[in-house]
Amino acid sequence: MATLYEGYTLCGVGPVQNSSNIGILGVEQGGDIDHVLVTDTSRSITVYKVKGVTSYAINTFLKQGQIISCPAVFNTQSQEYVVVTDDRVVRVWKEDDVNLEKAFKATVSADVLKVLSATDSEPVVLFCCGAVRFLDSLLASPQQPMEDVLTEDEIIRWSTIVKAEHQLVILFSTEQRGEHCLYVQRFNPNTLVKHRFETEPGLSAPISFSATCRGSNIHLLYLYLNGSVYESVLPFRSSSTGAEGVQALSRSLCLSLPLGEEKLMSGAAVVLDEAHVAVVGFPHPSAGACKDYLCIWNTHFQTLQASKEMAGRIYSQLWCYSGKLYVPHGKMLSVIPFDCQKSSLAAAMGKQKQTSQSESKSCRFVTSWTSQSCTDVTQTTEIKSRMSTRNVSDLSIIPTSAVEDVQAEVGEFIRRTPQADLQLAAGRVALELVSRSQTDANFYPQCAFLLLLETRYLCYSVCPELLSLAMVKKDFHLCQIAFQIFSDIPEAVTCACLKTILSTPDLEMETVNLDMDSVIFMKELTQAHSRSDEEGGQLNGFCHPALESDVSDTPSNKLQRDPFALDMSCPVGLHKGALLNEVLQTAYSDRSLLPHLKDLTVPQVIVFLQYLRFLYLKYSHDAHKQIRALRTPSISQIIDWVCLLLDAHFTVLAVAPEAKRLVFDLHKFVRSQVKLYAELGKIEGSLQVLKSSKQSEDFGMYAIQVIELF
Amino acid sequence: MGEFKVHRVRFFDYMPSGIRALAFNGDTERMAVARMDGSVEIFHCSDRFFQEKIIPGREQCGIEGLSWVGERLFSAGLNGGITEYDLTNQKVKYTIDAYKIPWYTFLILCFYHLNLDRQKSRIVSLSWHTSGSKIAAGMMDMIQIFNVETGHSIHRMLADRGVGTSRSKECVVWSVVYLSDGTIVSGDSVGMVKLWDDQTGTLIKSHNVTKCDVLALSVSQNEDSLVAGTSEGTVVQFQFVSMVLGKDDKEWVRTRTFKNHTHDIRAVAEITTAVVSGGMDAQLVVKPLLDKIEVRSAASALRKIHFPHRRLVFCARNSGLMLFQYPGHLELWRLGESEGKGIPGSSLFVKRNPEKLLHLKVKGEDHIRCSAVSPCGEWIVYSTASSLRLYRLHCDNNNVSITKISKLPKVLSSANQLCFSSDSSHLFSASTQSSVHIVSLSQSGCKFVGTLKPKSGSHQAIHLLAASEDGEWLASANSDHEVHIYNLQTRKAHCTVPVYSSAVTAMGIHPTTNCLFMMYADQQMCEYSIEQKQYTDWSRTVQRKGLHRLWMERDTPCLNVMFNPQNPSHVILHDTYMLCIIDQSLPLPDDKTQFYNQLTLKSLTEDQRKSHSHAFKVCKTFKDILCVELISDQSLVVVERPLEDVATQLPAPIKQKKFAT
Repeated sequence: MATLYEGYTLCGVGPVQNSSNIGILGVEQGGDIDHVLVTDTSRSITVYKVKGVTSYAINTFLKQGQIISCPAVFNTQSQEYVVVTDDRVVRVWKEDDVNLEKAFKATVSADVLKVLSATDSEPVVLFCCGAVRFLDSLLASPQQPMEDVLTEDEIIRWSTIVKAEHQLVILFSTEQRGEHCLYVQRFNPNTLVKHRFETEPGLSAPISFSATCRGSNIHLLYLYLNGSVYESVLPFRSSSTGAEGVQALSRSLCLSLPLGEEKLMSGAAVVLDEAHVAVVGFPHPSAGACKDYLCIWNTHFQTLQASKEMAGRIYSQLWCYSGKLYVPHGKMLSVIPFDCQKSSLAAAMGKQKQTSQSESKSCRFVTSWTSQSCTDVTQTTEIKSRMSTRNVSDLSIIPTSAVEDVQAEVGEFIRRTPQADLQLAAGRVALELVSRSQTDANFYPQCAFLLLLETRYLCYSVCPELLSLAMVKKDFHLCQIAFQIFSDIPEAVTCACLKTILSTPDLEMETVNLDMDSVIFMKELTQAHSRSDEEGGQLNGFCHPALESDVSDTPSNKLQRDPFALDMSCPVGLHKGALLNEVLQTAYSDRSLLPHLKDLTVPQVIVFLQYLRFLYLKYSHDAHKQIRALRTPSISQIIDWVCLLLDAHFTVLAVAPEAKRLVFDLHKFVRSQVKLYAELGKIEGSLQVLKSSKQSEDFGMYAIQVIELF
Repeated sequence: MGEFKVHRVRFFDYMPSGIRALAFNGDTERMAVARMDGSVEIFHCSDRFFQEKIIPGREQCGIEGLSWVGERLFSAGLNGGITEYDLTNQKVKYTIDAYKIPWYTFLILCFYHLNLDRQKSRIVSLSWHTSGSKIAAGMMDMIQIFNVETGHSIHRMLADRGVGTSRSKECVVWSVVYLSDGTIVSGDSVGMVKLWDDQTGTLIKSHNVTKCDVLALSVSQNEDSLVAGTSEGTVVQFQFVSMVLGKDDKEWVRTRTFKNHTHDIRAVAEITTAVVSGGMDAQLVVKPLLDKIEVRSAASALRKIHFPHRRLVFCARNSGLMLFQYPGHLELWRLGESEGKGIPGSSLFVKRNPEKLLHLKVKGEDHIRCSAVSPCGEWIVYSTASSLRLYRLHCDNNNVSITKISKLPKVLSSANQLCFSSDSSHLFSASTQSSVHIVSLSQSGCKFVGTLKPKSGSHQAIHLLAASEDGEWLASANSDHEVHIYNLQTRKAHCTVPVYSSAVTAMGIHPTTNCLFMMYADQQMCEYSIEQKQYTDWSRTVQRKGLHRLWMERDTPCLNVMFNPQNPSHVILHDTYMLCIIDQSLPLPDDKTQFYNQLTLKSLTEDQRKSHSHAFKVCKTFKDILCVELISDQSLVVVERPLEDVATQLPAPIKQKKFAT
């Protein structure tokens, strides 16, 4: 999972001229990993040291009347800063030169678009005409003529430099009469390849680009205003050396962002790692109309991983340097540290990876998600176009009609829509239904939700409000199904649900209609208890070590009750138990779950712990093995939850009188386990001795040895 | 407790001989075992399978079949001879060359003079019907039933040959069993166990048991269970059970398979509660049938008997010599010498390697029955069934020579057991009727002194002799479980130890107290004061408190009792798997005590050890022990014969295709 941490404001953003989507000229990597170079649209260039939550700055100002043409960059090779002012004046200065007037400057023969610099390599100067020069060679003869690479009315919209394996590649996109092209400039040998972006009717130019180098390919990610994020893969080394003609740029859709009702004007995306993309300017899927969100999306699973609201106007600008996002919004530039855990299946699925049963199930959904998103791009685009028309016609009744009509319509919609289209459509319908339910207290189409869930195309990220809505409506059946199907429920929501389940009285719970399989499992489990009691003890001569060892230290207590033989009645009702089992089987990560677990009240914790202990005891009596159920919590899941609960509430439990017995029992259990392991350790030791003694056995036909008897 | 220097000896190349035939006598609970070298052994099945009697074999004497007739034991050999054994004196009674036809197997129930129709084919196996009027014979490719009175063939039943390449090979019917209800069971080289009807001569049922040969068959006494031994080393059990519960309609059903052998199983027998099998790998395996055992005990455990329950190694205590008894020869070795000292568990530097001084071949065809070396190392004696030879050994530095003592007294024609007095001045020779002859030894030769006779008048052969250190007493134990003690000064019987139900497996007279310490086959132990003619207090305490469960569960008998002259309270014992020192001054362990506590004690401090110690100090460092002896310099000689070494010297087993090999 990705996390967005608390950010802070780095600096203000100067007054915005016109309606452009540019807040500041640029943020560039400084000389050090935690230094950034911010170039303001006004006349200042500032070096910030961004470390933790503090920052310091060195400002460099330009003289009145001078205009900075492009963001300043740092030349790591010469430890100098480079900036271009007034389109043609290249200025180079060192850190201690505060006055730019005294710095080295050279006037070149053509308008400079941008100076591009990558770490440990020579900066490259990109001219507006498309010509490219290394800074060194340019400064050696500033007045050298520049060739025109681009046609007269072709304007460079965006440019970047990518470096890998000591090889530099310059990418820039151009616009010419509504046609958008991408140029790839490679060096040594110098080649320039032109690609044409695919255009669709009604689709304007990409508004944001982000290029990264992975392996031997450049991955270019670009965002359109309609929320589509495409990825194109370009080979690092050109196969066709300076091939003539314009090549179409093959692309694949890797994310489609939800759109709000308002028309979007700006937005930006930046690649964080192989699986994560940060997007600013697009609405949060569940936050309604407000669009000013910074979100981290997982492109593999198309799930929302983290989000943060951004106040003020959003620009089409977003930078990412060494674990921090730089977002200009409103009148400020914010620094937001983030953390993306390596996006493996294990991380995405949380704890579920360990469990055997649920794993296979949840994985199945995941594969369908990835295969959908990765394989057939053209198909997806078709679907989108088809769907957009159909959506309007079919489900326009949602905001107004009665519950029954809506449910019937949704059923019909699911039946009619082809499977491939459903994946995208189901989420959209669910979103609409949820938003109406939230506003209209009398509207709650449970059947429609269940139908949508049954398509198995919903996940938490697609429709985050669904689960909390179900909790508010106390629709535990829906909750159960959602728990079974969603593999990406955030820990906070899991905890909120857990709290609701625990606080609902058993009586109310028993009337709820639940998945039969889980209820049967609970029934069998509680019956297995009485059955084994009738048999008069445990099978297989099972004898807990605690029974023997505790005789000496607490004889009186021992006589009264034995924690492992008695108290085998289920502390919660069957239905509550079944729901708790679903919670136990959800995916989570310890670190994220722990703070939310603290929200539970002490009585809730005690009941839950008692239930977990009950489950554990049942499991240690092998009762569950006789029960055939599809989904059962595994013993490691139970133990993990016990540990987490104790971690979260230990101090409270230690002083709460009503928890004393429970904690005491658990302590005893742990002690017996420790003893068992100590004994096992001893056995291991003696086995090692046996092994070594066996090895020393071989002495040939005759030896004189010394033995000692005690 | 103490350190011991141990000579670990593994160069005694003892090879147990393969088992060829088994015969169980249900009335006396005795199992007779015939081996490839012609020896016959009698095991007492209800006395922990103690090997009561050994009748040594002879060269060129192959036994093919064994049979009990009442309490008489007969064997049939490859050469057509039939032998009856004198079990009292443990020797061959007589051999008659009954038929000059080579019988491959002969199962004798009683002697008839038969004139069967002349057979072109060899008869491989035979079985009598209980009526005595019919006999079934397994041959090449067929089984024939003969009428005994007329000698004519009643039925001829053809056994199928194998399929494929083995089609060209004859099917040998290795074994037949004629059941009283007229069913004939056959085991053949194709791997089939077949059931035939003797009335119609037709096949009732056939079971494919193995891909190799079914070599042996045996039926239980009440004919409800049948076991078959194969050349793969598996034993397959069939049971006669009704297919429908409560109905009388019974069928032979294959029930269990055991695999405890590595080589051909040549003989199987079902006893009351177990299946006994033996074969080329020379081990006798007793596999208990758990459905016939009610309580878990030593009898319910799998038992494998690898080594004889007699001593084959003798040590000359005072001169560091060892005598190895092989069936056909004796070897005399001198132990090596070490240099320096070592910590417990370490090996010492061997300054001088052990040395073979003598290789003494037996004259004649008989195998050695017993042998002994005198404590001083000067005398060597051995006896076969027909002769006894006494040698005097001269050791001048590196020159070893022996002289045979020529004029032996007539009483020394043969001995069942031999023993020297501790000062090497006398030789005791156990003879017939439980009597012991005393012969005095001197430079000039040997002289008959007298004969010790028991008061009981038992005729059983003596299998153990023990002389006291001071030369006052001699104890003898015979197969009737009698232990007689003689006063050597008066040469009269002194007393008899109360007879116990189990056989004595080892005994020794304590050098200072003159108490006789006896070990029994059921793992009990007794200490009997010779002077007071009663059990000692310690012995009574042991009997009252009982021995530890783990001690009682050991499955090999103790074969030697020794005493430590430096610590009179110590008794040293050993069986095949352990060496034990009993400290009579320490408390006895009860069943709650940790019995094998040496590792625990090792980890404790000196003070703590005292509270944890008990009388039984068991050392499990050694395994497959043939002999332990304490020699005069306080070091122990442990002669091991690792079973892996035995296995490497066995012929290769039938090759079986295994995956990944």
